[in-house]
Amino acid sequence: CTRYSWWGGVQMGPPDPILGVTEAFKKDTNPKKMNLGVGAYRDDQGKPFVLSCVRKAEAIIAAKQLDKEYLPIGGLAEFSKACAQLALGPENEVLKSSRSVTVQTISGTGSLRIGANFLARFHPGPHDVYLPKPSWGNHTPIFRDAGMQLKAYRYYEPSTCGFDFKGALDDISKIPEQSIILLHACAHNPTGVDPRPEQWKEIADIVKKRNLLVFFDMAYQGFASGDIDRDAWAVRHFIENGHNIVLSQSFAKNMGLYGERVGGFTVVCKDAEEAKRVESQLKILIRPIYSNPPVNGARIAATILNTPELRSLWLEEVHGMANRIIKMREQLVAGLKKNGSSHNWQHVIDQIGMFCFTGLKPEQVERLTKEFSVYMTKDGRISMAGVTSGNVGYLADAIHAVTK
Amino acid sequence: MALLKSSKVIYCLGNISPSLGVLSTRNSSWWGGVQMGPPDPILGVTEAFKKDTNPKKMNLGVGAYRDDQGKPFVLSCVRKAEAIIAAKQLDKEYLPIGGLAEFSKACAQLALGPENEVLKSSRSVTVQTISGTGSLRIGANFLARFHPGPHDVYLPKPSWGNHTPIFRDAGMQLKAYRYYEPSTCGFDFKGALDDISKIPEQSIILLHACAHNPTGVDPRPEQWKEIADIVKKRNLLVFFDMAYQGFASGDIDRDAWAVRHFIENGHNIVLSQSFAKNMGLYGERVGGFTVVCKDAEEAKRVESQLKILIRPIYSNPPVNGARIAATILNTPELRSLWLEEVHGMANRIIKMREQLVAGLKKNGSSHNWQHVIDQIGMFCFTGLKPEQVERLTKEFSVYMTKDGRISMAGVTSGNVRSAKEKTTGTATLPLLNKITMKPTAALRNLSLS
Repeated sequence: CTRYSWWGGVQMGPPDPILGVTEAFKKDTNPKKMNLGVGAYRDDQGKPFVLSCVRKAEAIIAAKQLDKEYLPIGGLAEFSKACAQLALGPENEVLKSSRSVTVQTISGTGSLRIGANFLARFHPGPHDVYLPKPSWGNHTPIFRDAGMQLKAYRYYEPSTCGFDFKGALDDISKIPEQSIILLHACAHNPTGVDPRPEQWKEIADIVKKRNLLVFFDMAYQGFASGDIDRDAWAVRHFIENGHNIVLSQSFAKNMGLYGERVGGFTVVCKDAEEAKRVESQLKILIRPIYSNPPVNGARIAATILNTPELRSLWLEEVHGMANRIIKMREQLVAGLKKNGSSHNWQHVIDQIGMFCFTGLKPEQVERLTKEFSVYMTKDGRISMAGVTSGNVGYLADAIHAVTK
Repeated sequence: MALLKSSKVIYCLGNISPSLGVLSTRNSSWWGGVQMGPPDPILGVTEAFKKDTNPKKMNLGVGAYRDDQGKPFVLSCVRKAEAIIAAKQLDKEYLPIGGLAEFSKACAQLALGPENEVLKSSRSVTVQTISGTGSLRIGANFLARFHPGPHDVYLPKPSWGNHTPIFRDAGMQLKAYRYYEPSTCGFDFKGALDDISKIPEQSIILLHACAHNPTGVDPRPEQWKEIADIVKKRNLLVFFDMAYQGFASGDIDRDAWAVRHFIENGHNIVLSQSFAKNMGLYGERVGGFTVVCKDAEEAKRVESQLKILIRPIYSNPPVNGARIAATILNTPELRSLWLEEVHGMANRIIKMREQLVAGLKKNGSSHNWQHVIDQIGMFCFTGLKPEQVERLTKEFSVYMTKDGRISMAGVTSGNVRSAKEKTTGTATLPLLNKITMKPTAALRNLSLS
């Protein structure tokens, strides 16, 4: 018998809730279609945008005619160092005392998964990870497939489309000691709702009282406010406040390096000796997953971060991207008002980062897709990056049509 | 333990006295119980090598090809492909979860042959992976989640060191079948068949498609046929690891013969491929994982589940290396150039093997070094014992893995001979002579192990 089937019991799985949106979008033939699903920045012509600093860095790298040897398991050292400095600030006491370890990872997802696997293997407390409600959809399978349990704390308040500060503090105050709490450092995904600095301070205090391990996910540093130091404020405050955090960083969005898969995972330790032990175990964990990370994107990121003119150019371009998004928010709300919408759309302007949590219901989302070819995730999240001055009017019309 | 206890005390202090909170949490430690782990047995060799200040040091550890000047070698076809890609000024958008379609398709065709019935009937799925390791791990995770039979993976004895933690961390159990015969430095065909015939049905057997790592010992075609038969009788799921297609014989079709035979023979295999060595794309991390299914409908189901598995590990794979590999495979002039260059790399290694053995004979070594010539691919399983390996490293700064495996890719015409000792390299064969000084004792040891 030749055609034996090992996989008869394998069910057809559903498409990815986020990446699957792009797949559906590609199949749509409507010329007015809009892809507001995945968080990938578009310029005002709706085109993917490769930053100038990236092109310049690539030219510098190409001229060097470098080899393609394996990176170390922990990645390109010049990259990991610059990555940590970007998050913590180069003068941070943690870096000066070498009491952290940063490994290069496969963008943000790879970083979170390495972190999850590390926690599953080494975390001394309960293996419960508390996510904000809601959180990025992929957080759940990342931690679950790594063997952790998922729990949640209140975060988003639908009635205000804002931060449920009281509910968050209330829930966090009840989390069992030594559990793990995941915090979005800035530009919360999918809601765009971030705590204010004074709220962050209270969260840091209650988290400390509960003795929780803090896992920061920072995928949008620079993208939230346009200022990389401002966006890293919460991370730095927690560290100053005495939390030995773990941190995931992504350069997919803020450097537009999406497909190059550039990220970092950092563990802030008690001292340099502990950092060495942790580093050795991270390597033991990484080696049987992918051996060592991809070299190309890390070289680009390291070149940008470590070459003063390129770094300056980069900061300008990040600022520019963040500004275009802020402008689109304003234009969308203006368009909805002009259409005579009776709803309060202030949250579209108040929300931070690439995404807007519209408050649209699943049925309304489905109408937007089916009738107007406007694609977004089912939770009503739209990527403002996909909005241009050319299509914001169409979007305002479409949203008004399904909400009036 | 004491650290953990004292941390708890500090945590309590933190609770009672908030003003002490800042000090206490910074000095408190989540990772007090984390032990220092050992360096990687293979990649750790390069780390140690880098730290060595001896100008005569040689790195024969990791399997990374070197040209005859001992330098890393970026293939011309790769440079040309990069130029083509750079001129297109492509964007850096996310690839699909399963990777670059032009790459995955070409990857499968390379392994199976473009006219393969499997590809024509679309009854396989190939996803782009993070080189060979990433492919094996995706495979291991897929098996852990979906394999209907016993979750035991049978590895050849010995196998690549990283196979074990890959499958173990994915939740599979490891077992072994006899493979290498130390007394002959060759294939223990009888032992392999014997062990395989006893493997419980529906278990998983991992086979190295060509250029077995670390031994360099491959079954001959007629032996592969018998293995395929017994594996079918036992109804085992075959997991092929092909990291050296093109590198073993210099001919990509010849190196894929076993994989193709098994498929023709009715095995619905799973297959890991790497382009690290045969395209020199090491750090770009280019590979593929293929599942050969019963039909196109099953392939679609399997594909959907592979994506669900991959998404929470790294979302989607890196674009750069896949573009290079796809450009080479899909551009006729570049593909031809590539095949020439792979042939060239394989030939240089074969020449080094011959020169090493010629040199040893010339020096009057009484050992039988025929295995150095017979072994296939990048590595040579010298038969050296751990103590001898340690001496080579400590006394001569010659780095290799503890199992006595040397990467022939690190041997050059400059460092292989003793006649004119260059200042840049320590000649390999005087070392082998020195280290294996007591021939009869060494042989006796070999036959006992």
